[in-house]
Amino acid sequence: MDQVIFGAEVFLNGLMTGVMYSLVALGFVLIFKASGVFNYAQGVLALFAALTLVGIQDGQVPFAHLINAAFGTSLHHFGWTVPSILAIALTVLVMVLLAFLIEKLVLQHLVGQEPIILFMATIGLAYFLEGLGDVMWGADIKTLDVGLPQGISDGIETLTAGWFGYGFFIDRLDIWATVIAALLVAALVAFSQYTKQGRAMRAVADDHQAALSVGISLRFIWVMVWSIAGFVALVAGIMWGTKSGVQFSLSLIALKALPVLMLGGFTSIPGAIVGGLIIGVGEKMFEFLIGPMVGGATETWFAYVLALVFLVFRPQGLFGERIIERV
Amino acid sequence: MIYREAGDFKTSYRDDSQTFPIRLDRWGYYAILAVAFGIIPFVINDYWANAVLVPFLIYAIAALGLNILTGYAGQVSLGTGGFMAVGAYAVYKLMTAFPDVSILIHILLAGGITAAVGVLFGLPSLRIKGFYLAVATLAAQFFLVWLFNKVPWFYNYSASGQITAPERTVLGHAVTGPATSAPAKYLVCLVMAFLLAWLARNLTRGMLGRKWMAIRDMDIAAEIIGVDPLRAKLSAFAVSSFFIGIAGALLFAVYLGAAEVGEAFGINKSFLVLFMIIIGGLGSIFGSFAGAAFMVLMPVLLKNVLVGTLNWPTDLAAHIELMIVGALIVTFLIVEPHGLARLWRLTKEKLRLWPFPH
Repeated sequence: MDQVIFGAEVFLNGLMTGVMYSLVALGFVLIFKASGVFNYAQGVLALFAALTLVGIQDGQVPFAHLINAAFGTSLHHFGWTVPSILAIALTVLVMVLLAFLIEKLVLQHLVGQEPIILFMATIGLAYFLEGLGDVMWGADIKTLDVGLPQGISDGIETLTAGWFGYGFFIDRLDIWATVIAALLVAALVAFSQYTKQGRAMRAVADDHQAALSVGISLRFIWVMVWSIAGFVALVAGIMWGTKSGVQFSLSLIALKALPVLMLGGFTSIPGAIVGGLIIGVGEKMFEFLIGPMVGGATETWFAYVLALVFLVFRPQGLFGERIIERV
Repeated sequence: MIYREAGDFKTSYRDDSQTFPIRLDRWGYYAILAVAFGIIPFVINDYWANAVLVPFLIYAIAALGLNILTGYAGQVSLGTGGFMAVGAYAVYKLMTAFPDVSILIHILLAGGITAAVGVLFGLPSLRIKGFYLAVATLAAQFFLVWLFNKVPWFYNYSASGQITAPERTVLGHAVTGPATSAPAKYLVCLVMAFLLAWLARNLTRGMLGRKWMAIRDMDIAAEIIGVDPLRAKLSAFAVSSFFIGIAGALLFAVYLGAAEVGEAFGINKSFLVLFMIIIGGLGSIFGSFAGAAFMVLMPVLLKNVLVGTLNWPTDLAAHIELMIVGALIVTFLIVEPHGLARLWRLTKEKLRLWPFPH
């Protein structure tokens, strides 16, 4: 009986982790749908956003390390701190600027290339951003605090203790993450269904040529989509950064989002959510049930192997559009 | 004028089908071989061997392997690091289990074992295509690294979890272990790289290579004209993994001497080799060498300039190196998606017309 209750707790925690994966996967889906670019850099975008947020909050001097090395100065902080809300707004601005630059410097020149070339270009972009983030804000692990509640949720613990005689341990941050993710998805759906820009975005996703011919500016849509993806990355970065500190491993979350996408299908927003939940629950349950028998730490590969096995039977994922090939 | 094929008459089928049909190419090739085998081993020192030449040759082998899979057969793989780890652990187990057998045979066997593992992870490629497959090969990368970390049998129950290469000799000279001299390391890698490049060159211009390229260009069309996708894809995975396994074995046994799997064969290794073939040129033997040379030399150069000349801290130099690598990848994809190999071809074209370009 204890095992069952404990398993249920692991299951719930898996769901919460899954929400986090879904957040990163969402950014992927948005960009893939609108521009056909499989954006490997999404995870690094999250890292970069989180680094920028912390940097602005603490009033760090950007490129301090580089300037010091080049001119022999010893700058590090401006000496002020910026309130969270303002810092978030500024970070959003930075992400929009970044989206504009990415479109201007990279994507514009790669229009019409094969998807795999675009994919590799985003790997290069990921390396560049990773280096840029480190050069701009320094590579040390930072703590991020924007005022989200943290720690064990007492209410749920006493409630479940009353039901089962055993209090479930659930982080309050995870609950908040779930709520925010749900709001974000709702907002995105509303945006793409009910606004002019959202409709234009869906038109571009459907058919680039046709969208161009009815007067939609592809470049504007791409900048917009990358900005939105940057915003989603910021939200994901805040969540992961608050949970485990802003550090390089944050960008590895992006790799975890890949199997999530493969399970859900690259083109489906609900797919990203469901895929994230399956992977989150799957890897936690596998670690709980099978992990002790094989030495643990199965979370590093379980998601990929699950996706691999799954793809063999359903190559387009759960909700993906059916792949039709013609000669 | 300088580089031309005019006047180079072929009088037999043998002449016509030789590896380098243009006389000047052939001479250049022999000249490079003469320098590589006849001069460098006598003048090489530890710095050049460890910082430049040995890693260059080893990564060239890995890049050749990945280029066969990605450049020729069109199957993108992000599992290179994992397959290199298979080669390294296979050669380690073989070296310690059969100390009397020659290390060269062990290295080849390690390649063979990696080929078998590669075929296993290549099986899904029959159903999964494009970057779905790229992500699926990540499963190989992460699973293999985890496996070598968690199963003590693979590292002979050593306390540190590391594998360390014991000393083995070829013709009386140590080629693995701490006592290895620079020329010995260099020559082992050179012989392997030479033989494998020769093999790759001839495989890719033969029937098998043409089948791979047909699959790359469009697998359904290839199937219709009679190429068996099962055999073509799996043979590409096998040959590619064989190369990569040998590269992994050499990297561990000859170059590093000791390795910890997550550090030496992590996901970054996969990307490094992938970058080599993008920068060098997909589907080109020369490109594999050029890309490997570029990616090995660039960090050495940057380090010399930034840390040595400008006295910047090493961590800053490392971050700037990341930025430069990333920017270079993007630039190459925009300016020249076919890589250094294509630039080389254009240069040759220019030389052919020079000095009368019209």
